[in-house]
Amino acid sequence: MTTQTPQKSPLDYFPTEDEYQRLLDKRTRRGTAVRITFLLMLAVAVVGLGILLYTIIDDSFGIVAVVNENEPEDILAAYGYDPTVTVLSDLNKEQLVEVLAGSISSGVGRRLEREQRFFADRLVFESQAKWDEVCASDEPPSGCGGGVRSKADVVALVEERVIAPDIIDASRLTASIFNPQRFKDKVEADFLTNPDRYEDYTFDQVRFQWRAWFSWKFITSPASDKPEIAGVRTAVLGSIWLVAITVLFAVPVGVGAAIYLEEFAKPTRINDFIQTNINNLAGVPSIIYGMLGLAVLVRVLEPITSGSLFGDGAPNGRTILSAGLTLGLLTLPVVIISSQEAIRAVPNSLRQAGMGLGATKWQTVRSQVLPVAIPGILTGTILAVARAIGETAPLILVGAAGFITVSPSGPFSQFTALPIQIFQWTSLPQEEWRHLAAAASLVLLVLLLSLNAVAVLLRNRYSRRLT
Amino acid sequence: MSTERGVHDADMARQLARKPRRFERLIVGSLFIAGAISIAITIGILWELGSESLLFFLDDDVTLGKFFFSTEWSPQAGSFGIWPLILGTMLITVIALLVAIPVGLSAAIYLSEYASPRVRNFLKPVLEILVGIPTVVFGFFALTFMTPLLRSIFGSQVGFFNVLSAGIVVGLLIVPLVSSLAEDAMAAVPDSLRQASYGLGASRLETSLRVVVPAALSGIAAGVVVAMSRAVGETMVVTLASGASPRNFSLADDSLFGYILSPFEGAQTMTGYIAITASGDISYDTIDYNSIFAIGLTLFVITLGLNSLSRRIVKRFRQEYE
Amino acid sequence: MTDTPDATVVTPPTTVPNPGSGAAESGTSSAQGTGVIETENMDVFYGDFKAVADVTMKFAFNEISALIGPSGCGKSTVLRALNRMNDLIPSARVDGEVRYHGANIYDPSVDPVEIRRRIGMVFQKPNPFPKSIYDNIAWGAKINGFKGSKSDMRDLVQGALEQAALWDEVKDKLTESGLSLSGGQQQRLCIARAIATQPDVILMDEPCSALDPIATLRIEELMLELKENYSIIIVTHNMQQAARVSGKTAFFNVELDTTGQRTGYLVEFSPTDELFTSPRMKATEDYITGRFG
Ligand SMILES: Nc1ncnc2c1ncn2[C@@H]1O[C@H](COP(=O)(O)OP(=O)(O)OP(=O)(O)O)[C@@H](O)[C@H]1O
Ligand SMILES: [Mg+2]
Repeated sequence: MTTQTPQKSPLDYFPTEDEYQRLLDKRTRRGTAVRITFLLMLAVAVVGLGILLYTIIDDSFGIVAVVNENEPEDILAAYGYDPTVTVLSDLNKEQLVEVLAGSISSGVGRRLEREQRFFADRLVFESQAKWDEVCASDEPPSGCGGGVRSKADVVALVEERVIAPDIIDASRLTASIFNPQRFKDKVEADFLTNPDRYEDYTFDQVRFQWRAWFSWKFITSPASDKPEIAGVRTAVLGSIWLVAITVLFAVPVGVGAAIYLEEFAKPTRINDFIQTNINNLAGVPSIIYGMLGLAVLVRVLEPITSGSLFGDGAPNGRTILSAGLTLGLLTLPVVIISSQEAIRAVPNSLRQAGMGLGATKWQTVRSQVLPVAIPGILTGTILAVARAIGETAPLILVGAAGFITVSPSGPFSQFTALPIQIFQWTSLPQEEWRHLAAAASLVLLVLLLSLNAVAVLLRNRYSRRLT
Repeated sequence: MSTERGVHDADMARQLARKPRRFERLIVGSLFIAGAISIAITIGILWELGSESLLFFLDDDVTLGKFFFSTEWSPQAGSFGIWPLILGTMLITVIALLVAIPVGLSAAIYLSEYASPRVRNFLKPVLEILVGIPTVVFGFFALTFMTPLLRSIFGSQVGFFNVLSAGIVVGLLIVPLVSSLAEDAMAAVPDSLRQASYGLGASRLETSLRVVVPAALSGIAAGVVVAMSRAVGETMVVTLASGASPRNFSLADDSLFGYILSPFEGAQTMTGYIAITASGDISYDTIDYNSIFAIGLTLFVITLGLNSLSRRIVKRFRQEYE
Repeated sequence: MTDTPDATVVTPPTTVPNPGSGAAESGTSSAQGTGVIETENMDVFYGDFKAVADVTMKFAFNEISALIGPSGCGKSTVLRALNRMNDLIPSARVDGEVRYHGANIYDPSVDPVEIRRRIGMVFQKPNPFPKSIYDNIAWGAKINGFKGSKSDMRDLVQGALEQAALWDEVKDKLTESGLSLSGGQQQRLCIARAIATQPDVILMDEPCSALDPIATLRIEELMLELKENYSIIIVTHNMQQAARVSGKTAFFNVELDTTGQRTGYLVEFSPTDELFTSPRMKATEDYITGRFG
């Protein structure tokens, strides 16, 4: 430091009032600019989420271009009705069944009848003797259980099997609302440029109609290789089975481990090791759990996971049980860690009060600590399980079946699941499957968001009660 | 009735003696087993990855040297060099971090230092919803929105499968992770530090950027490392959006950097390879089957390393404030 | 003085199995000079830190004994050592002996749970369970193996609440949460909860520090009533309180030792009137006259 000017006071090194004001202005302006930058960045996240949801909804509804294998008018005419005054739904059930029987093979007819009969008093496709025999077998089909198809059901069957619509192109929601003509032009142009693809049809036969890919029918129909009738019932049921097994495994084990670590574990080496190990497991990518499931559950433990140890089971270990347990293993560390947090949040004074009365540790934990911790445990567990429902990679590894139309019937069934269905439909090139993938995503999101909402509600009620 | 008050007795010692409490011991024993299951899981992972990888490396087509030093991954041709897959993973991770760090950090700074409670109450749930969306849906989003968007911006040089789209969407996916970890780190900075800074006449921005962020830096860094490990392990987005062909390259090639760094072309990642290979009907004890475990082991080591690195950073951070 | 052999035999309100206090004569043993709890050369450590050193005291039957001293001198630490509540603190360790009815409670063969059901505790901050008032009291009895019928249990709850002078205030809302009570009521609920398990000794750690003067007064009256049936050891910062309720008072102090550790120790343990009128030690005098550093 040189002090050639000792007469200067320290104040001289600071800006004058004017200069300072200017400096302050500059600082404020810079502050505002940066703040706006922050906000813009944040907007990226919000807008990203918005666009994502928009994309999914946009693809879940819209106008489709359909060609029918048989036009309803032709069908009506063929059966002697006057298409100018009658429509299909005017016919009574007997007439509709007659139309149906006239166009489908007897094999398909028998299958439909075994699913559910058409009439209570007579059989249409099946002989009585055969029917009795089938119904007396070990696994009678659902049709033996009674109940008959409603007229609406038969109308739907006629539409699906006889009219047999084929969606040749589909458009998105916003495009359908704002510019439906463009879609029609596009389909027409396609007819001109691609005559081979449509050799059986002419453009005049194309009908444009609204379609909700996301609908109750979509949720309740089984998978199919026809996008017109494909649904997610098998996948939804598969996911429900998986969640059930995941919860049955991960919740008791996870909460138990959390109680042990928080309440009983002395700081010994083994307990420290368990804790570190759990923290590490929480960071392992889910696909690695899938490989664990494949190598250990599916392969090594095949006798158990295929069910062959308990009688006749699946041909291999790629069953719901394996997949559910894999998801359980994956969820376990998350359940443990969030339950630990919930247990840690219980005030120590309650433990002292319990022990001070001469209760044992377990009595105190069970009656005083856990009841207070349970809302927190539930919240964390629901969030963890919601994550498990959306997991895809581990299911691919343990071998979710690609295409499967029968609903799972037990832990040893083959299965598919919602995220798997989305993955497969997304990987298919044709436009129609894209819309199905979107609708399935919507189903999954609605499911997950309602689970999350439950968790948030629980948390809010819980935090209100504590204050 | 038992004790006589004040009797200096052996009887009292007997009454106070430990009870067997078998039920309690049984409970604690089962709770311990529940805790120890996590160790079994780890052993399971290590055993399965280790043993199958060993089989892979014992195969005649494969040598350790080739695995770690060859720059070509084409199982059909019998060449197993892991670098193309690592390269794909790295490319996507870097793009993801380029998206997630600025967005996530801005969100964290804004939420913890600026936002009014009302804005917070709106934005926090938005980030939480983002966390809850399954990755396969993000994959669908990448393929149906991001890729077409990029193609309409950059033209047809953008491939149908490309690294950029996958990277951006993975970035969006890890934004909430970065922001929540960074926010935690900033919340841990003592308020006295902020007050000291305001007391010296610093503005809000100066306080947050020059005082709070540096003080929380190691915590933020730890969060970024965790997010990175998450991006490395992400599977569905990259499988759907970035394609199934590894970017094989040769070190002697002139156009090396242009080719291997191009964001407009697809590239298979480690996770993508595992998922694609396993989704076909894969039969046990083939070289393909074993190879996914070797890749899995590599992936496991990388993510484990990143996670321990982050924990080490956090530990150091804690010491600073004690 | 309270060392008189008063043999008021207390019958518990109902047919409760009585683990700790029994109908007996305390005369004999008091005459021999045995206390209900005795400590001998007791040191308490938290890890390597010696919090209190070399405490030797004898707490008499059916008497209120007060522990006073500056903050941090280890009063709570000593109190918790008397019923092994320190076990809940992983780093805590006790050397020396603590005897209850002559049995060393730190003997490895001793079950701490058995100690705590005989030596109850009331804490500085009221800590009712987040359950109904009724369940707050009934739970302690249940886990201690209460064998009576439902109506026996109701009698027990009522008896405990009456003893704690809370019955009239809560008799119409027994199903409401214990947390809905005022601070003073909560503390009396905690006392009722402690006596419902029929302990022999009750430890109280600054039971009135969170309460207003009126609530404090009620708790003091309560203690004086309870001492007929129980031996009570109370930690307090309020010297008037110690003077009002206790028969004997212990003064603890804390000193920096050579290594710079703040270790607490017992200065003197005398009959309360003596301690406040003619303390034996200079430090005691300084403290009670307010001349304390
Ligand atoms: N759980 C604990 N772990 C470590 N040290 C502790 C713990 N509890 C108390 N100590 C230490 O032991 C010493 C005595 O503490 P204690 O709480 O017994 O004092 P006290 O006399 O009750 O004080 P106060 O009047 O403030 O309640 C203090 O130095 C304190 O820091
Ligand atoms: Mg204290």
